[in-house]
Amino acid sequence: MRLKIPTNFRIVRLPCTGKIDIIHILRAFEKGADGLYVVGCMEGDCHFNQGNFRARKRVEQAAKILDQVGVGGERVRMYNLSSGEGPLFAQYSIEMVNKIKEMGPSPVRLAKQKKATAA
Amino acid sequence: MIIAEKKPIQEIIEEVQNFDRILILGCNECVTVCEAGGKKEVEVLASALRMYFITQGKEKVISEHTLERQCDHEYLEEIRKNIDNYDAIVSLACGVGVQFAAEKYLTMPLLPGVNTICLGANEDRGLWTERCQACGSCVLARTGGICPVSRCAKRVLNGPCGGSTNGKCELGPDTDCAWQLIVDRLKALDKMDDYEKIAPIKDWSTDRAGGPRTVTREDVKI
Amino acid sequence: MSEFVSASRLERVMKAGHLGVTSECGPPRGSDPEEVRKKGMLIKDYVDAINVTDNQTAMTRMSSLAACIHLKLLGIEPVLQMVTRDRNRVALQSDILGAASFDIPNMLCLSGDHQSFGDCAKGQNVHDLDSMQLVQTVRHMRDEGKFLGGDDIKRPPKIFVGAAANPFADPFEIRVPRLAKKIACGAEFIQTQCIYNIDKFKEWMKRAVDRGLHEKAFIMAGMTPMKSVGMAKYMKKKVPGMDVPDGIIERLAGVEKGKQAQEGIDICVEHIQQLKEITGVAGFHIMAIEWEEKVPEIIKRSGLYPRPEL
Repeated sequence: MRLKIPTNFRIVRLPCTGKIDIIHILRAFEKGADGLYVVGCMEGDCHFNQGNFRARKRVEQAAKILDQVGVGGERVRMYNLSSGEGPLFAQYSIEMVNKIKEMGPSPVRLAKQKKATAA
Repeated sequence: MIIAEKKPIQEIIEEVQNFDRILILGCNECVTVCEAGGKKEVEVLASALRMYFITQGKEKVISEHTLERQCDHEYLEEIRKNIDNYDAIVSLACGVGVQFAAEKYLTMPLLPGVNTICLGANEDRGLWTERCQACGSCVLARTGGICPVSRCAKRVLNGPCGGSTNGKCELGPDTDCAWQLIVDRLKALDKMDDYEKIAPIKDWSTDRAGGPRTVTREDVKI
Repeated sequence: MSEFVSASRLERVMKAGHLGVTSECGPPRGSDPEEVRKKGMLIKDYVDAINVTDNQTAMTRMSSLAACIHLKLLGIEPVLQMVTRDRNRVALQSDILGAASFDIPNMLCLSGDHQSFGDCAKGQNVHDLDSMQLVQTVRHMRDEGKFLGGDDIKRPPKIFVGAAANPFADPFEIRVPRLAKKIACGAEFIQTQCIYNIDKFKEWMKRAVDRGLHEKAFIMAGMTPMKSVGMAKYMKKKVPGMDVPDGIIERLAGVEKGKQAQEGIDICVEHIQQLKEITGVAGFHIMAIEWEEKVPEIIKRSGLYPRPEL
């Protein structure tokens, strides 16, 4: 199964999505990321029982903060799939990349670029 | 512990917008446990402010630091050596910490980053509820260990009032009737006879009514 | 209970062994005294005294004391209702003296609905005293002739002191002990919450009589006629501590809309007649909310008119 996925995102591997914290998400945006998505196991299938539920809450909190500071909460979202669903993983990545392309670059990245050019 | 709640980011932005070098100062005690003002919340708020100001084209330096406690001289002294690096401090401690820091650093603007809510307990994940109003003269021995001052909306000392319905307060189904809880406890303790003892008119001079309160202990003073 | 503690007609009527009758008048949301006088004159000859509510449901109204004075000046005997929500012990004692200066002879001590139900939901509440402690305060001022602070009162207030009881609020098992507590604090008459569940009221009264409480205070049964099936449903669902049996709702729903008000009055009259026979019931407190014109009919048909000559 050789599936094509977009090449303009980086995969950060975590032992469980429950490991992710709001600050990890915010830092990615602070450094200039245009979007971020978290892919966890199916709800109810977490090896650590609640890891993916915790992750979902943290993604929601991060989205709220991104909205409040004008970056856009829609740039972050959570997906769930099981480990055998490669095609779905590919589909989600295409979906997310298209959505971010539609939204355009993050205002943080634009501001940083502007600052760099001015300097 | 002291329960606090994060202030909306927008409110904090408005307070700090005229300062260029801002320290976000957390506290490792109560506000850490209630997830309002510990190290994590400092990181999140600092990151959010940095993103906001950079998109506004404003140059700000947002620094982060979390103290063991903000209500103690020795810990607050930790930031003295760097204090000249900041134009303002946003303290995520309770109202006690904010004020103690303000008293120590006379010329430094100190802005609260949380609203201090009550003295309470962590009843459940994501749920903090009031248990004490620090009235200064505890009646719990007479009320089955449940406090009518902090948990009854009318602080009725001889309750319940006529609004108690199905164990809930007249305020609505989200609030337990303190006197239902008291009666349940007295029954469990087999002390229902205590219910008919009349609580005397309370001396509120130990409450906030008596003015700012102090505890002086000559026996521990050095 | 042989000697009189006040100049109250209500006290004299009940001490003479007659059923006492009171009604209620809510002060207006404005400063026109005519509204108070009009309501008072409608029921003047049918009752022994008229309760004047104190910012009921926490809606700001003309002060209870001022409205009581308007009634008193018309020769109508008021029952001053006073809640502990809005005033501390300084203001409460001061208003008690103010009332006594106009010879207002009755008082009902209450805690008051929470301010969040009214038009000042963002306001503070006081609750320096609770309702039982307010009863104790009036009794202390009257019987000891002293302020709470210990100083002597020149011309202490001569006031017949009442308290409210809700036989239906939860938890039920402490409802009678709570009544006992209020009486132990010094309440001399009790006005109950509106009664619709007659069986539950009888059970409550039986327990009160078993403890002899009816001999220590006059227990007046609270009655409110239903204007419509809608009102009955609202009271059942929305009013804290109110017990409206389904039978009442069904009975009102069973008649056409235009006749529901009359049916409500019929039910009220039937209930009064049943309750008159119950040991311990010393009188009736008829609260016809914004429907004062119906009070004379209810009182006449219940056999409570004319009021006894003293």
